[in-house]
Amino acid sequence: MAIFINENTKVLVQGMTGSEGTKHTARMIQSGTKIVGGVTPGKGGQSVEIAGLTLPVFNNVSEAVATTGANASVVFVPPKFAKAAVIDAIDAKLPLVVVITEGIPVHDSAAFYAYAALKGTTRLVGPNCPGLISPGKSNIGIIPADITGPGRIGLVSKSGTLTYQMMYELRDFGFSTAVGIGGDPIIGTTHIDCLRAFQDDPDTDAIVMIGEIGGDAEERAAAFIAEYVTKPVVGYVAGFTAPEGKTMGHAGAIVSGSSGTAAAKQSALEAVGVKVGKTPSEAAQLMRTILNKNKD
Amino acid sequence: MDLFEYQARDLFESHGVAVLGGAVAYTPEEAQVAAEKMGGRVVVKAQVKVGGRGKAGGVKLAESASDAREKAAAILGMDIKGHTVTKVMIAQAAPIEAEYYLAILLDRANRNFLVMASVAGGMEIEEVAAKTPEKLARVGIDPNVGISKAKAREIVLAGQFPSDVVDQVVEVLLKLWAAFVSEDATLMEINPLVKTSDGKVIALDGKVTLDESAEFRHPDHEALIDHAAANPLEAAAKAKNLNYVKLDGQVGIIGNGAGLVMSTLDVVAYAGEKYGVKPANFLDIGGGASAQVMADGLGIILGDADVRSVFVNVFGGITACDAVANGIVQALSMLGDKATKPIVVRLDGNNVLEGRRILNEAAHPLIQQLDTMDGAAARAAELAAK
Repeated sequence: MAIFINENTKVLVQGMTGSEGTKHTARMIQSGTKIVGGVTPGKGGQSVEIAGLTLPVFNNVSEAVATTGANASVVFVPPKFAKAAVIDAIDAKLPLVVVITEGIPVHDSAAFYAYAALKGTTRLVGPNCPGLISPGKSNIGIIPADITGPGRIGLVSKSGTLTYQMMYELRDFGFSTAVGIGGDPIIGTTHIDCLRAFQDDPDTDAIVMIGEIGGDAEERAAAFIAEYVTKPVVGYVAGFTAPEGKTMGHAGAIVSGSSGTAAAKQSALEAVGVKVGKTPSEAAQLMRTILNKNKD
Repeated sequence: MDLFEYQARDLFESHGVAVLGGAVAYTPEEAQVAAEKMGGRVVVKAQVKVGGRGKAGGVKLAESASDAREKAAAILGMDIKGHTVTKVMIAQAAPIEAEYYLAILLDRANRNFLVMASVAGGMEIEEVAAKTPEKLARVGIDPNVGISKAKAREIVLAGQFPSDVVDQVVEVLLKLWAAFVSEDATLMEINPLVKTSDGKVIALDGKVTLDESAEFRHPDHEALIDHAAANPLEAAAKAKNLNYVKLDGQVGIIGNGAGLVMSTLDVVAYAGEKYGVKPANFLDIGGGASAQVMADGLGIILGDADVRSVFVNVFGGITACDAVANGIVQALSMLGDKATKPIVVRLDGNNVLEGRRILNEAAHPLIQQLDTMDGAAARAAELAAK
């Protein structure tokens, strides 16, 4: 098992005919993902050859779902058009929509998040995220498939490259699912959503949670862990040395006054028994120790 | 992007929110001219993007235009919490009867917008929230529904505004919401919103933050950018579309992905404790690290006089390490004699062996390769100490 996706997930690529969309569609197909078609308004009826497959292109998601039976989509549409694309996917009642696009105005994200919440039929992941992978089963987004294979660690992270780094550090153990939830101020799937799903997933034994400065998602995740999660959780928080008031790359990564600091997040996590590494390698080592103990 | 008070005032005015007359002045003479035009008593207010300027002496009442010049002369050049005052706002003085608080902001936790309204204005709202939470109305707003007149009235009543100002505050809130949406703001705060002795409700001071991701639909926001305050290295990096933040250390940092770069800063800071060195910057070259991007990045970092060593930390995900390695080699040949600082490189991930081979083969005297992030950080810190 895995969370949110599995070997039966049928994926549409919104923005498949763009250069990023085409490139990553090929990568997803090569890593075993069932890609069933693409959506580009105005290009419906065409088909494109990608990685040896002939993929149909549709004008909207509802048409695509009717023809292909898709139950997920991944969005590579540029920021200007991303809101319309996500609304289209929600209207088609797709259970899972993964928004890779970086730089979507937060008023647009707020609008499509609220719309998804109102309809209640779509889980959004992202925006501004690398997507999610269940190694060997499905890979939706841009996470490299060859870092590691299937295993029993669940990973949730705001950051793409730290996801890759952590998967690499623990490559000899492998992962059930790794979810990059994104670094924007408003995201569809949170640390808490993933922690809940990993706790409920019989094939996940332990959880790595990677956070970063800004907002209070990690603090709220800590409170959730205390009440719901019994599996071991190892944490890592990036940005201890980030200065106040400066956005560090991700739109949401900013320390405002005394709130959103890495130190506050670390102590909130440690207060509920999460072991927090000072560096990615230390966090990996903590997880290694836990898993090796479980083996005995 | 945070606006100055005078920019917020102008923006409020353009959306019909009642404000007092105000003009920006860069010199005492300009302050005098502005005060003369306004007539009567004025307030001279330091324009800095930091709180607590009143306590620091950055806000002064002036009785006349010549007094405004003197007050401006005293305020201009002041240092307020590390921010040098380069401009003041000359604002009409008003007889204030009551001070209120009104704000709309992005609520990250609830993933919607939030209106905060209170009759306890004029002080830090965090203080109101902590000491007298019952005096602060907090109402979530669905982005797809917005604020109707009825909703605005409900909020204003919850904020316990006196009945004689309710209609006016409702009007201000509706206009503020329209401004918030049409300008793609993430914060619009009026503190204080005042009632003058003649019963008018006016926005006396404001804070506005605009969403930089929405710049594509607001070409006019370009004019609001404070180019003067930007660090020259940050300005040069921005011109090359690099995600760069200047810090005050000695180890230059280049990495791919915001999270990994933040993490790299931390690892370098820990390693640097022993040597008394810190990270000199944040620089995320993103996914496609071409030779040109690498050259631009190295160029900016080597142009920082404080930098004594550079740490290039790349985990090849989409980006292949051989492309990064080629980028570094080409960047160094493009930079030629300008590259003089040792460069510690750690590559891992996609095509790492080929990447390492390319760097070994190039055998550039400035480049040192290490296999782990921790080891490379320690080496870069050690080199910066020398």
